[in-house]
Amino acid sequence: MTALLEIEQLQVSFGSTAAVRGASLSVARGETHCLVGESGCGKSVTALSVMNLLAPNARRSAKRLAFEGQDLLGLSDSGMANLRGNAMAMIFQEPMTSLNPAYTVGSQMTEVLRRHKRASQRAATDRAADLLARVGITAPGLRLGQFPHQLSGGLRQRVMIAMALMCEPRLLIADEPTTALDVTVQAQILRLLSRLQRDLGLGMLLITHDLGIVARVAHRVSVMYAGEVVESAPTAELFANPRHPYTQGLLRCVPVPGRIKRDEPLGSIPGTVPRIAPGFAGCAFRERCAFADESCSSAIPRHRPSAAHDFLCRLPA
Amino acid sequence: MTAIELGNVRKTFRVKGGLLGADRHVVAVDDVSFAVPTGGVLGIVGESGCGKSTLARLILGLLQPDRGSIAVEGQRVAAMDRRARARLIQPVFQDPFASLNPMTRVRDIVAMPLKAQGNFGAADVRRRVDEMLARVGLSAEMGRRLPAELSGGQRQRVAIARALVLRPRIVVCDEPTSALDVSVQAQILNLLAELRRELGLTYLFISHNLAVVEHVASEVAVMYLGRFVERAPTERLFGEPEHPYTRALLASVLTPEPGLGVPDVGLGDTLPDPANIPAGCRFHPRCPIAEPRCAVESPPLKARPGGGVECLLV
Repeated sequence: MTALLEIEQLQVSFGSTAAVRGASLSVARGETHCLVGESGCGKSVTALSVMNLLAPNARRSAKRLAFEGQDLLGLSDSGMANLRGNAMAMIFQEPMTSLNPAYTVGSQMTEVLRRHKRASQRAATDRAADLLARVGITAPGLRLGQFPHQLSGGLRQRVMIAMALMCEPRLLIADEPTTALDVTVQAQILRLLSRLQRDLGLGMLLITHDLGIVARVAHRVSVMYAGEVVESAPTAELFANPRHPYTQGLLRCVPVPGRIKRDEPLGSIPGTVPRIAPGFAGCAFRERCAFADESCSSAIPRHRPSAAHDFLCRLPA
Repeated sequence: MTAIELGNVRKTFRVKGGLLGADRHVVAVDDVSFAVPTGGVLGIVGESGCGKSTLARLILGLLQPDRGSIAVEGQRVAAMDRRARARLIQPVFQDPFASLNPMTRVRDIVAMPLKAQGNFGAADVRRRVDEMLARVGLSAEMGRRLPAELSGGQRQRVAIARALVLRPRIVVCDEPTSALDVSVQAQILNLLAELRRELGLTYLFISHNLAVVEHVASEVAVMYLGRFVERAPTERLFGEPEHPYTRALLASVLTPEPGLGVPDVGLGDTLPDPANIPAGCRFHPRCPIAEPRCAVESPPLKARPGGGVECLLV
């Protein structure tokens, strides 16, 4: 069975800056795949490449980029517009900036369905009210008539999720959907996303920098660093047996409640992410890596300790 | 020795009600009292809008309380002039993009507090700035750069250098690592811990990240709608949380442990509104264990070892 979303050897650059350098990953039907990494690693650019929402100055190429087996690279703008918001939908970090402040929740939600499914206003309104109830919003009738600024951050994010589900997408891309929310609200939104993902059999590509979220919701994890997927594995495997030095370092940086010794330094990764100049070769992590030597500046092999686990490092151990 | 002492501090803001609406009063800090011993780290946690940043600004002297007393190192903040205050207490804010002047070179940013004092000679300023930059891990070359030419972590190092260059006794850290990546967050937290030990500093450490607070704080206060609903030594607060809000906050922390799923925090959707504080216990509309009397009776402060808790049911 083909995967829902297949990304192979994705390259995205802005002028002379390479943002994504040969990233590959796939999302199966009914799977939550987390793409984790720090700011600037290319995770959001990867998501936007799938939706073809990159800035006009971006150059995108790939060996393969396909949704349900259909090639997205050669797809026309109108073909893409028919998929976007329809079979594949996206939710963003800050719902205030992705909702239109001048329109009511109801008119923004129904527009999607009217545009893609040519539904009547009444049918669209009924579905919007249903979905608002489904994402845990009480009094959906009232909310449909309200403007985004009248809602709290958590409610806005619920509206965004409901809106993304209007056309029954098979793939949902969520880019840091809870980063702007309080921890208590974050837990509610993530529970909701996990439940919907399970109930609707959605494939979900969840982008986050938070390893706690990854551990709790992902089936599979890909770790990105400087535009490359440096390690990918099933969630339990990645946390139990991280192989790439960057993954290992990231896991050491996270303070874990109950296991914290006060006044004992946290693990950290020295240095900062390098600028990747054109013609860069070798491992992008080598400047910050405790195990690096001169062989790290030549081509790096990808190891496969098991069928589902791979990492990009010259160290086979 | 007490580094920070607050007695019955209250701060309200008036919010314009618009064309026809009446003005509303937002109670940001409601009758808060506490003391932090020298060398201690008081962590303050709570959701957005609970008043934790207002509390920081009151202690820094950037806001005046409606009533109550605030003292640092035994001196009333209200009675000190700006220069004296700056020598005792300094802030490190969340967003190093917003808190550093983009047109000023790093060296000059760090030198500013010394120059504002007016009694340091040029050579002395230069020497102190050099020392401070080196101490926070910035090279002399970085000192000549503009903030835009630095990474987020480097910028936060500049903010720390600026805060410490006058050798203050107290640093108020308001979400100092929230804008940073985890690998950089760890570097900055480690630096803050080293500096505290070396210089004998006292920290007020505000964060919404409970794991970070557990790592840095010696005691923790949980703030809800302007009040400390629970306060305890760190180990006790994380080991035996009593207040249902504290328990909910702790339950919402997603530790990197696969297979546990996302917890049901059980707080419901009614978000607190500081302009409309509920009668009785202010947490009762969201409380998973509330009883009818919680809507009527205000919970008294019940003393506990090293702190206290405000709940009728514990």
